[in-house]
Amino acid sequence: MWSRSKLVLCTLLAAVLVLGLTSGLVFGQVYTRSETLYVAGAAWGPASTWNPFQPGSLANTTGTLGFVYETLFMYDPLSDELIPWLAESGQWTNANTYELKVREGMTWSDGQPITAADVVFTFELGQQYAALWFSPMWTGAQKYLDSVDQIGDYYVLFNFTAPLYQEWGNNLYNIPIVPKHLWEGRTEEEITIGANANPVGSGAYMYDTHSSDRNVWLRNDNWWATSLLGWTPAPKRIVDIRFSSNNVALGSVIKGDILDLSNNFLPGVATLAQKGYVSTYFAGAPYMLSANTAVLFLNTTKPPMDDPAFRKAIAYAINVDDIVNVAYASLVAAASPTGLLPSLSKYDDAAVIASLGWTYDPAQAAAILAAAGYVDVDGDGLVETPDGSAIALEVTCPFGWTDWMESISVISDSCKAAGINIEDVTPDYGAWNTGLQSGTFDMTLNNWAAMSNTPWTLYNLLFRHPIQAQMQSGNFGRYDNQTVFDLVDQLAAVSTTDVAGMQAVCAQIQTIMLTDVPMIPLWYNGMWAQWSNAVWTNWPTDGANTPSRLPTTWSGYWQLGGLRMLCELELVSP
Amino acid sequence: MKRYFGRKLSIYLLTFFLAVTIDWMIPRFMPGDPIQNMLSRAALNANAAEVLYTYYAHAFELDLPIWQQYLNFWYALFHGDLGISTYLFPTPVTKVLMDAVPYDLFLLIPAILLSWFAGNKFGAFAARTKRLDNTVLPVGYILTATPYMWLGILLAWAFGIVLGVFPISGAYSYTMAPYLSWTFIGSVLKHWFLPFASLFLVFFGGWAIGMRNMIIYELEADYSHYLEALGAPRKLVRKYAFRNAVLPQITGLALQLGVIVTGNIVVEVVFSYPGIGYLILAAIQNQDYFLIQGCFLFLIIGILLANFVIDIAYVLVDPRTRRGMTGETA
Repeated sequence: MWSRSKLVLCTLLAAVLVLGLTSGLVFGQVYTRSETLYVAGAAWGPASTWNPFQPGSLANTTGTLGFVYETLFMYDPLSDELIPWLAESGQWTNANTYELKVREGMTWSDGQPITAADVVFTFELGQQYAALWFSPMWTGAQKYLDSVDQIGDYYVLFNFTAPLYQEWGNNLYNIPIVPKHLWEGRTEEEITIGANANPVGSGAYMYDTHSSDRNVWLRNDNWWATSLLGWTPAPKRIVDIRFSSNNVALGSVIKGDILDLSNNFLPGVATLAQKGYVSTYFAGAPYMLSANTAVLFLNTTKPPMDDPAFRKAIAYAINVDDIVNVAYASLVAAASPTGLLPSLSKYDDAAVIASLGWTYDPAQAAAILAAAGYVDVDGDGLVETPDGSAIALEVTCPFGWTDWMESISVISDSCKAAGINIEDVTPDYGAWNTGLQSGTFDMTLNNWAAMSNTPWTLYNLLFRHPIQAQMQSGNFGRYDNQTVFDLVDQLAAVSTTDVAGMQAVCAQIQTIMLTDVPMIPLWYNGMWAQWSNAVWTNWPTDGANTPSRLPTTWSGYWQLGGLRMLCELELVSP
Repeated sequence: MKRYFGRKLSIYLLTFFLAVTIDWMIPRFMPGDPIQNMLSRAALNANAAEVLYTYYAHAFELDLPIWQQYLNFWYALFHGDLGISTYLFPTPVTKVLMDAVPYDLFLLIPAILLSWFAGNKFGAFAARTKRLDNTVLPVGYILTATPYMWLGILLAWAFGIVLGVFPISGAYSYTMAPYLSWTFIGSVLKHWFLPFASLFLVFFGGWAIGMRNMIIYELEADYSHYLEALGAPRKLVRKYAFRNAVLPQITGLALQLGVIVTGNIVVEVVFSYPGIGYLILAAIQNQDYFLIQGCFLFLIIGILLANFVIDIAYVLVDPRTRRGMTGETA
């Protein structure tokens, strides 16, 4: 009896094992190293949605936008060019009409052709559903898009009234085009908040698999751009890893066998780069390209920060060099007082900066304070307000953002040295965010203007208006100045081709900004990128023999050069 | 018997109600706003962020009065609906938990059971054995007093970084997609080992120390001396002592469950092991009310259930409780 039941059990076990192993052979997957690119540093959390219209998707599945879904244009910040992508060309035929030619011969990854109908369908989704982020073009206070007409299979006409050219230019490379034939039957909920599992798009990579700590993308070998543009991404598979800690990412990229490219902020990379453990875009400081501007917002509704002289004294008192060299160990560069990134430096007005700009100068800070009546009454080394009351301010950033925590500590120290009593405080992210948006903070850091084709993006963050109880997306310090608000609106309506016109408006904005100092741009956060040349090479650098691209996998940056980088990578011959 | 379990059950139900209410309240007392957090991560253009905020606040019913949110929560709970996670939007919390729970069970069940059995056996064996007692006792005390996190970090450093034999994050290798094969199973076990070991060692120390002390106590009891006086072999005396000594250890297991689960949370965070513990940290950081609620609900139910099972086990193991209960009902 015993032996018989044992026999049955053994046979069953053996059967399961054989089945398991054979099915393993069939569906098995250990990625071949020479076909796989391992990257990290893009995703904030586990992948949960592949809906290209959804914020969570952009943050956690880097690749939904850029890999799977493509935009009409790419934008190269390094050369400041819009590069046709799904579009073959596009131009304003008059002040209110934009004509777009869709490339012929493109297909979705399921083989269906991409036509003007898909473009019209995508844009009209914004007209239908307020929950899509680009719907303000169609509806609301600042609407400017009236209709989108399809002309034949490959032409689209956009008809506007008083278009916001700057925002339009930005949208051209940010609105993902979705396939009409797969999306037209969907409900509002599926379109606006659906997870869109197993996405079908037009791009260079397709969804392969994911788990809580990774997204895996598989090359689309029938990608239209391979035949039409000659672009072929080198890696067959991209494994985008979400490391829980920067130390693991650092260890992995140094070893080089596990991780090819890390887009995490890793303190100490400067030293590692000098010793040749990792490579970076620049061989020397600041090692990284600049990605966005860290701005110190001052709450102008609270005294004494309602006094421009006091604000200007702070601008002179902050030792930005210490932030750059100590807090960041040389991985960032100090910002222009206008806050514009180096890629937009042509909109900096040098004359305005020369006459009104500032650099670290405690003596000048002291002089401004004294002239405005801020003196040390009680002899504690810290100044009091002109009416004699003590100053006790806080500068904040979210807890755990170690680079920013060190930076606000520098701000606090250097302001105290200049006689201004500012403490650094680090609430958790939620509390910080609430304080920021409801305006209860004293001063805080923020960098929410993404790298952009237009200075309007930054000024829309800095001078967001009208001022409301909740400032969700800019002007957190509630600086109230109608003149500058009008200038920002004016800038939004300047044609993107009219560089001189943009420069003229920017100069006026900068004059007000540097006179009134409503906020203080401090440094440029880096486009963190460190890589290993162990398996893949020909990474972008500022050198002459390598491509000039943004070496990043960050979400929303594939169409800013990241995808071209993948096409230019080369396998190290074994 | 009926009355005993009836009473136990009503206590469990009351505990459940209170625990779940607290579980609902606490995240809502946190400063901050889950929708703002969700949107601010996405670096949206400014016009869009404001439109989306109103939309999502409504979709999550966070614009309702607080009492109504509470009632809706219970109503949904009884329909098996734990809401939608904001952190993992638009995944339902139940689905998130389903994906995470296997990892927890895979860690916890072997760690709890093996450490309990091994710890008790070893503690009993070591008691009154001079050489072992001198070595095991201090080691046990050190182990049981070690914070899980710290032991985890030490193990990760020693085996992951210095020796490089075990991976220190994730549930399986980055170089493969899940499939049934020895390579994959090997990878899963390799990733499992260090978190398991961190939990196992700490528990093991605790149980061994407890058992050793209990055995010494039992060996001093009258019945042991009597047995010895009758000339019973040492092994037999110890066998009886062990049976008596194991009873408090069962109660101890019930009492320790909460601590064990907390330890599990910390260990998962250290090793990025994708179970509930790892989720809880992320959920709190992202103020995901629904996911926090769901995770803790799972822990509450798990701990209550385990306690209930231990209650039953106790009745089965200790004949005196059984006799006491029949006396009660008779």
